[in-house]
Amino acid sequence: MTDAELAHVALGRADFDVIAGWVQPGERVLDLGCGDGAMLKGLIQTRGVLGWGVELDDAKVLAAIRNGVNVIQGDLEGGLADFEDGAFHHVILSLTLQAMRHTETIINEMLRVGREAVVSFPNFGYWKHRQAILNGHMPVSESLPHQWYNTPNVRFFTIADFDAFCAQRGILVRERKVFDDGREITEEHNFLGSIGVYRLGRRRNP
Amino acid sequence: MNSRDDGIGIVKAQRARFDAPFPLASGGSLPGFELVYETYGKLNAAGNNAILVCHALSGHHHVAGYYADDPKSVGWWDNMIGPGRAIDTDRFFVVGLNNLGGCHGSTGPASIDPATGKPWGADFPVVTVTDWVNSQALLADHLGISQWAATVGGSLGGMQAMQWTMQFPERVRHALVIAAAPNLTAENIAFNEVARQAILTDPEYKAGRRPTIGLRLARMLGHITYLSDDQMAEKFGRKRRPGSGSYGFGVEFEIESYLNYQGDKFAEWFDADTYLRMTKALDYFDPAAETGGDLQAALARAKAKFLVVSFSTDWRFSPERSREIVDALVHNGQDVAYAEIKSVHGHDSFLMQDAHYHAIVRAYLDGVTL
Repeated sequence: MTDAELAHVALGRADFDVIAGWVQPGERVLDLGCGDGAMLKGLIQTRGVLGWGVELDDAKVLAAIRNGVNVIQGDLEGGLADFEDGAFHHVILSLTLQAMRHTETIINEMLRVGREAVVSFPNFGYWKHRQAILNGHMPVSESLPHQWYNTPNVRFFTIADFDAFCAQRGILVRERKVFDDGREITEEHNFLGSIGVYRLGRRRNP
Repeated sequence: MNSRDDGIGIVKAQRARFDAPFPLASGGSLPGFELVYETYGKLNAAGNNAILVCHALSGHHHVAGYYADDPKSVGWWDNMIGPGRAIDTDRFFVVGLNNLGGCHGSTGPASIDPATGKPWGADFPVVTVTDWVNSQALLADHLGISQWAATVGGSLGGMQAMQWTMQFPERVRHALVIAAAPNLTAENIAFNEVARQAILTDPEYKAGRRPTIGLRLARMLGHITYLSDDQMAEKFGRKRRPGSGSYGFGVEFEIESYLNYQGDKFAEWFDADTYLRMTKALDYFDPAAETGGDLQAALARAKAKFLVVSFSTDWRFSPERSREIVDALVHNGQDVAYAEIKSVHGHDSFLMQDAHYHAIVRAYLDGVTL
């Protein structure tokens, strides 16, 4: 399993519940890195959205088609040039941002083709991760399940880093929820939270 | 002989005759026509499990199985269709036909023109993808099929599968559009024109006889474009025939030998007037032309769900062209799944045995409710 898949298991329904709460019936939703389409299928079934997913991996595309999901095989690193401006109400990138090289491009593209972007990622500033570093080792946890030598992650950032990134680039954080072990964290997010889920928009006058 | 390994087994071609005058996109009409077709599997009681398989440039109605008198006469898409195969004849009733204007038994240039009592030959009208879809709809009526569970095809066949969804939106629930494009590029039309000129300028053709040389050249050119550079390098590379190196113009490289063989074989059996018409149907296909070049608007009429499939090394109908179809559908809020299959076989990949490709088709069809 990839980081994202393992983390999804660890996260349980928290990620899904948050995202489900942010979409409305009848909305168009694009799920980037949709895997086997399970989340998209869930959103379609429980929230009545119209959904499409993008996935690169052959086996996952096949699994998504088995799930009856509108999956489009493609590489997110190339951007979303095939999709038109404002084509979707929500564009979701769940636990994948840390594994992408073109961080800024994908966030900009999500906000171009979607009215809102939903991004979730593992928080490298989580206290257990800090403890691991203090003990002299790269962190391995439920949200970062891989070893340093086999991790697909290429960007290492914290909730505080991402907040600063958004502030610098005129990206509006409409809502932010932070979790650890499936429970919502209400204080000291960057220390106590293992996963952050963001609802992003574009500032009108950046 | 209907074991799973053996595919559908022995099949028989059938004929249907349509006596009413048949108007064509060209403005002309045919005084009735015949279609030759094959069916595999059984139409269910609800009549909702029928799949139409549309053929490409040189294809025909013999899609799967083989004829009792010739075990080697295996259908052109037998690896895809049969009991337990990707298009499962245990579940679906599959119909394949030879298109109007073809040279495998349906009314075409070799048929007798009732007005003259002689073969139509070069006077057979040019037929289009929309004409084919109209004729296929008559065949559906004849077979008692009011709505296809799916229309399926690769290349020019994929164009027909897609055209169905726009021309008869109520009569198609799913379209499997494989190795196709929303229209031909200029480069593609250019290849077709060279092929046509090879035939049209053959002195034999001008004299009303079989233009073997022209057909041969047309096929050799076409064949190059159906393969990939990588595949040709791997299969032939710069390998030479024994005794080559004569500094003459005989067949020396293996690729030359292969192309000559393909050309000879094709020229023996394919009808030049059919070839001219098939390439013209390809060139004319452009459903967006009716909506001012707007593919989204053209596809908005469709009520079907789509599976679009392309192949990584297909440069004649490239993955980017398939993406145009996908993106138009997504823009319209229509249901579509898209897979780009990694394959070395170029445009011909859609005909090849490939476990992942076939799994994609099977998985999609598993989701078709009956």
